[in-house]
Amino acid sequence: MRIPILKLHNYLLISIQTEIDDNTAIQFQEDLLSKIHKSGATGVVIDLTSVEIIDSFIAKVLGDVVTMSDLMGAKVVLTGIQPAVAMTLIDLGIHMKNVPTALDLEQGLIKLHQELGD
Amino acid sequence: MSLQSRVNIQKEWDIVGARQVGRDIAKKTGFGTVDQARIATAISELARNIYLYASSGQIYFEVIDNINQKGICMIAVDKGPGIDDISQAMEDGFTTSGGLGAGLPGVKRLMDVFDIKSEKGKGTEIKAIKWLR
Repeated sequence: MRIPILKLHNYLLISIQTEIDDNTAIQFQEDLLSKIHKSGATGVVIDLTSVEIIDSFIAKVLGDVVTMSDLMGAKVVLTGIQPAVAMTLIDLGIHMKNVPTALDLEQGLIKLHQELGD
Repeated sequence: MSLQSRVNIQKEWDIVGARQVGRDIAKKTGFGTVDQARIATAISELARNIYLYASSGQIYFEVIDNINQKGICMIAVDKGPGIDDISQAMEDGFTTSGGLGAGLPGVKRLMDVFDIKSEKGKGTEIKAIKWLR
């Protein structure tokens, strides 16, 4: 199973719609980095509106992909984290402090636009 | 106690299978969406530990329904290498697998009852209960 990555001007958009297992998460990490490399995208929005569970592994993969993309010069924003998921992450002790987030896709794009100024 | 079910953990995809089964049972028991997410996440952590450290094992689910309390009980059992130092494994940030070290202490916070037994070379058994409020 692969998560589709859409290109929109300088941005890449991802909406995770399926239950993510560990392999899918790792595959996504690789796919996104290579897509950033090929497309020269400067901003990425990963929308998590449909994601019902983020456990410690998925959280690590998401946190890592933000740092990795940052190293490559692309800014990532996570959007649409559900209330139940946010509460569960804090219970797990995962605060994702260095990860930019926004309420929804629209706010995520606005945030990228402000930070990248393009 | 009633309604027992068992999920075998052998492959990576079984982690997803186990949390889906757990979420379904939690939903039927009457848990709201936040507690369903807590229960499913706890199962995910327990199932991943089995897969990662013991390579195979089982998770048992049981609905507890007596006069004063209702809840879901899950027991994760494996015959893996066991845990060297349980108090260390329960510390936030401690990991031997390169993960976040959030698994076991996280499960303890997500659930209401948490009990762990482990014997070196014999395996590990973790029992966790979430009460319906």
